Amino acid sequence: MKIHQLSLFLENRPGHLIEPMRVLAREGVDVRTLSVADTAQFGILRMIVSDWPKASQALQNAGYVVKVTEVLAVEVPDRPGGLAEVLALFQAGSINVEYLYAFPFGRAGKAVIIFRFDKPDEAIERLRTAGINVVDSVEVYNSGMTA
Amino acid sequence: MKENPEARATAFHPASAPDYIPAPLLRGLQLKRLQAIVRRAYERVDLFRERLKERGLVPDDIQSLGDIARLPFTVKNDLRDTYPFGLFASPLEEIVRLHASSGTTGKPIVVAYTKEDVEVWTSVMVRTLASFGLGHGDVIQNSYGYGLFTGGLGAHYGAEDLGATVIPISGGNTDRQIMVMRDFRVTAICSTPSYFLHLTERAAELGIDMRELPVRVGVFGAEPWTDSMRRHLEACSGIKAYDLYGLSEIVGPGVACECYLQDGLHFFEDHFYPEIIDPQTGDTLPDGAEGELVLTTLSKQAMPMIRYRTRDITAFITAPCACGRTHRRMRRISRRSDDMFIIRGVNVFPSQVETALLQVEGTLPHYQIILTRQKGLDEMEVQVEVTPEIFSDKIGALEQFEARLMDSLECVLGIRVAVRLVEPHSIQRSEGKAKRIVDKRNS
Repeated sequence: MKIHQLSLFLENRPGHLIEPMRVLAREGVDVRTLSVADTAQFGILRMIVSDWPKASQALQNAGYVVKVTEVLAVEVPDRPGGLAEVLALFQAGSINVEYLYAFPFGRAGKAVIIFRFDKPDEAIERLRTAGINVVDSVEVYNSGMTA
Repeated sequence: MKENPEARATAFHPASAPDYIPAPLLRGLQLKRLQAIVRRAYERVDLFRERLKERGLVPDDIQSLGDIARLPFTVKNDLRDTYPFGLFASPLEEIVRLHASSGTTGKPIVVAYTKEDVEVWTSVMVRTLASFGLGHGDVIQNSYGYGLFTGGLGAHYGAEDLGATVIPISGGNTDRQIMVMRDFRVTAICSTPSYFLHLTERAAELGIDMRELPVRVGVFGAEPWTDSMRRHLEACSGIKAYDLYGLSEIVGPGVACECYLQDGLHFFEDHFYPEIIDPQTGDTLPDGAEGELVLTTLSKQAMPMIRYRTRDITAFITAPCACGRTHRRMRRISRRSDDMFIIRGVNVFPSQVETALLQVEGTLPHYQIILTRQKGLDEMEVQVEVTPEIFSDKIGALEQFEARLMDSLECVLGIRVAVRLVEPHSIQRSEGKAKRIVDKRNS
């Protein structure tokens, strides 16, 4: 259910994003999707990769501080109001979306969005009850090939 | 418009009379006072008595001023170890004032004054201001911080006793300082030199030329400053910028000051006995050699300081001063023998920064202190490397962490400084040890 996301601390300066990408390139690890959250001084690079244990190890060996977080990849109807319907599931029960970002591909009229919840287990339960598909980790890590 | 600042400085002020005591009389007075203060400390301060006993000394062994070299040193840690009242030589009910300064452990150093001590302090500040040519009729804006810091009240009492008009504005609120300076027709200002530079620059932005205002004297201290800084300040403001020296452990401001010749600082030797020692061996150095300044309070009742190591590096100027004062001069303080630095008039040790970081993190991160000067004001930024323990995938968590570091630093240092999180291994290490301070203030 849950998938592993890697986060890296980066200073908000020119050239600081390229190095971790080069590390992953050398290891043959594919980035499935990513997002950068930024402040004036620093940023957090979050990404879903094809082989997270290998990527995490390689980045740490290169001197980065890497955090592994469990997130959910949720299929959201790709039509007006689709995301609103999914978000409405969490509104009542005070489940907070810490952040979200999307995959660059869709599947059969569905967008796939990464959610970081403060209460992931409760979120899974609600999604399941509502019949919303939470994408399996294997599918996500191999998404580049199946999409 | 200004009057010529030197016209008054060269005139004799009655308060300055003790500055001209003939040297033989001054030495006799010093010996008498030294013998009395050693006896007082021996009888009333446990730490001092034990140290004398260890050396087999008694107060009667002080037969000449040279005998002072037989006495043990006092260091800053002694004040911390005996926190808060352990070095007091007067019962608390005789103490009329307590001040405190920051210490490396986060605990302040406490200093005490009896009524007579405050009077002596006031008298040396009167003599300081008089030697800068100030007196009755002057309007003195006191921009030193009031509070536990000795600068504000020390200058205040001196200025008031001098008969000047005192504006106790304290530090901060630059635009109001400039308005007061102009509207109240201020003739002298007490502040750190860097803050006055900031005032001058801000005044120019507001369309006010400091050279057109009545202010003619700057009473500058609480941080080291260079002669080039002095020339710059004098040129852009039209004032005479004078240096004074002091430290809370001895009395506060008023230990030594310049005369109108601005060529070294005269000690007030009737109250403070200076020595220059080799900071490594502790040996007394010949006159004129550069070393660490050691001071003994000759008259302080509440808290006598015997051979206090200031960590300030200077040298005696051996030639007599053309102003006629008989009290010895030292060169302006160029540097310190430890790693302390001064930011906005506040003493800061790297170990204090470590204490603050430890309180938040539990372990010591790699960090670096960057000192810069922006618009004439000293700024300090603490860069902290991100560790796996503190790193989060959530921005809010990291920002909270930064805020906690800032709060902790403010709590320990007493001033608010900037914090910046940086990437691991981005702070340079030399020989496995990080360089803790990068000082870009004069570059």
